[in-house]
Amino acid sequence: MATITVERSFWQALPKPKAESGFWSWVTTVDHKRIGILYFWTSIVFFLIGGVEALLMRLQLAGPNQTIIGPDLFNQLFTMHATTMIFLAIMPLTASFFNYFIPLLIGARDVAFPKLNAFSYWMFLLGGIFLNSSWFLGGPSDAGWFGYPNYSLKEYNPGLGVDFWIIGLLLTGIGTLVSGFNFIVTILNMRAPGMSLMRLPMFAWTTMVTSFLIVFSFPVITVALLLSLFDRLFGTLLFDIFAGSDLTVYHHLFWVFGHPEVYIIVLPAMGIVSEILPVFSRKPLFGYSVMVFSTMLIGFVGFGVWSHHLFTVGMGPVVNTVFALATMIIAVPTGIKMFNWIGTLYGGRIRFTAAMMYALGFLALFLIGGLTGVMLSAAPSNAQIHHTYFVVGHFHYVMIGGALFSLIAAIHYWGPKMFGRMLDERLGKIGFWTLFVGFNMTFFPMNILGVLGMPRRIYTYAAGMGFETWNAISTVGALIMGLSILITLYNLLTSLRRGEPAPADPWDGRTLEWTIPSPVPEYNFARIPHVSSRDELWVRKHPQLAHGAVAETAAAEEAPEEAIVMPGGSYMPLLVALGLFVGSYGLLYYMPVFWGGIAVSLLGLVGWALEGDNLRIVRPGGSH
Amino acid sequence: MSQASVTAAGRLAGHGEAAHAHHHPTSLGIPNQKLATWLFIASESMFFASLITTYMVFRYRSVVGPHPDEVVNIPLTTVSTFILLMSSLTMALGVSAAHRGEMRAVGKYLALTILGGLGFLVIQFYEWWHLAHDFGLTWRTNIFGSVFYILTGFHKAHVIFGMLWLSVIAISSFRGTLRKEHAVNVDVAGLYWHFVDVVWIVIFTLVFLLTEAGV
Ligand SMILES: [Cu+2]
Repeated sequence: MATITVERSFWQALPKPKAESGFWSWVTTVDHKRIGILYFWTSIVFFLIGGVEALLMRLQLAGPNQTIIGPDLFNQLFTMHATTMIFLAIMPLTASFFNYFIPLLIGARDVAFPKLNAFSYWMFLLGGIFLNSSWFLGGPSDAGWFGYPNYSLKEYNPGLGVDFWIIGLLLTGIGTLVSGFNFIVTILNMRAPGMSLMRLPMFAWTTMVTSFLIVFSFPVITVALLLSLFDRLFGTLLFDIFAGSDLTVYHHLFWVFGHPEVYIIVLPAMGIVSEILPVFSRKPLFGYSVMVFSTMLIGFVGFGVWSHHLFTVGMGPVVNTVFALATMIIAVPTGIKMFNWIGTLYGGRIRFTAAMMYALGFLALFLIGGLTGVMLSAAPSNAQIHHTYFVVGHFHYVMIGGALFSLIAAIHYWGPKMFGRMLDERLGKIGFWTLFVGFNMTFFPMNILGVLGMPRRIYTYAAGMGFETWNAISTVGALIMGLSILITLYNLLTSLRRGEPAPADPWDGRTLEWTIPSPVPEYNFARIPHVSSRDELWVRKHPQLAHGAVAETAAAEEAPEEAIVMPGGSYMPLLVALGLFVGSYGLLYYMPVFWGGIAVSLLGLVGWALEGDNLRIVRPGGSH
Repeated sequence: MSQASVTAAGRLAGHGEAAHAHHHPTSLGIPNQKLATWLFIASESMFFASLITTYMVFRYRSVVGPHPDEVVNIPLTTVSTFILLMSSLTMALGVSAAHRGEMRAVGKYLALTILGGLGFLVIQFYEWWHLAHDFGLTWRTNIFGSVFYILTGFHKAHVIFGMLWLSVIAISSFRGTLRKEHAVNVDVAGLYWHFVDVVWIVIFTLVFLLTEAGV
């Protein structure tokens, strides 16, 4: 056999990034851990922006007849607050943990498609910048996070705000969709030997089901957004009621996405809690297989309940009843999970670390979110409270009490692995209690206000209707929440500099990420682990539990590899994303720029396919 | 840290993008690209299902004509459908050539496939021109026009994207840089092309045949 002929085409001859540290190494990285860290800090910045927007609204609502913020700005604030928190803060923060921990939890060296992974991040960042740049380019959308036509049409909403909102969501949506494909393939196809599906950590299961929800629901909102964008930009008549349109088509398309979106946010939170509770109870997760199947059931039924957002559009009693019942059924698998978590705690030796306290906070607050959800699912009572603060209270118990509490739990639990430093436990606990108190002060009064009849999305209210006290309490609570977030941020930033160096296994953990050093080396595992148990590390630490299985698999593991081939960086993911980003401005201002952007993206795609692998060899173990 | 760039893929435990030079067993035994393409197709199915549903709801809601039953042209569309289906046949032949390792033949079959796509597009764009010119139907005429042009337009965009994708593979086949280990790349491009055809069959049935049948 002849030697390998190295044919270098034009594309393969293009310069490849070589930097291992500094700015360009981050811009061109395809390492899942670095991408996870980029997601982490970017989402925190957007989270702070969304938080300031929320505080401004709470200040305006602190008392009756206030004029701190006028109605126009108020409408923009609630639109951008919701959009930012959902798409730019919570989802990417979960994506940060998907990125950093899914390969570690399943015993892999990276995700299935590292370059696509980088592309997902750039689409998120640039889409977020595009969306928020509308603050400086004539003002953002004020049409709500749902963007219903016909209020969102050009006729009633001139200016570019809604266009920025639609295109911004399309851009981040591309990134989300791509990461959905990536994580399903990673979890199904990149598992270490012995890591059968029923040995996957729960967080990997919830990530996979979440990714399936993304794959099936994001194309639907894409269609809804594109149709209203065509109406706005090109004068089509899809949502023109005078041309015979039916606006509920948009409503249905939006909520076919919108309801699964709730589970896209909450399922990863459930996965995080399912990782943390066993560790700090020193017990295996109770009812693992039931947890897996209830996760799938939630994902599956979650696609059949969307019309509970449309009980009052006149679908008729039969349809309303069907969707009300389907919605109530979701309480069954969710309730099963709740009892499994309680079962995990039962009889355990519980350690009240900050991470554990946030996870327990999740249990209590998500329960309230779930129960108020069941109250809303009954169509008759829904008709009374659906446009009131009751709904605002309900979904914040799900989004904050559910998702945010578990994400902050994850910061305390996984932060040491990501950053190599322990967070301060005392500050963590102070952060927990302030958030817990502030959160309940902010949002429990909203449930009461809703029943009293205070409508949502109204910039002020008259005195003497019984709204003053509850609103004042709510605003004070919101300020306490803001304080708590600052404490957590201070803890994070100072711990990164001065915190104690984190050992490999600071929490006496149970899963594979704790078998490797903190922070994790570039190649993750010097040798690919062989897995013999659901709680692999726990069984390794307590071999008497394994009945000899560990000895077998340990013998099967290879010696540490001397040279590991890792993918090197690439300019192409950023180039493709930049083309779409710049092109999007062109679509709104100057069409040639649009076509130029598309051309850059297509060239980037060709380069992506043909540039070849920028492989590099990493040698674990000293001989640098 | 010492590092070197290498020209041939080495031992990269389970690496998708890098693995096409050297196939690593995946947990499910399906190549990563193939699994991802199936997921992409699942997602695209939801995309077209949403668009087609919107079409079905809106098609007869226009307050002014022309209405669907006044404009559909079955014979012309049947011809273009036939051409597109034949391009699926040549695509399948290209995939089978790739599996046999005849990488030069792949390019020929893909060129025929691209030609089929082109034929389909020419007829379809002619039909657009015909609708606009002879019936005065544009996407701003009425709601049927809007939803008809958007649905068929997105399908055309998918055909064009597929043609670009196949061109990249065909060119590397003609240049001799397409090697046996790239067969899976031909495979997934084929999956996409067949999917675009299947979508057209659904559109042809719902938008054209049903209208002709008066449903
Ligand atoms: Cu819902």
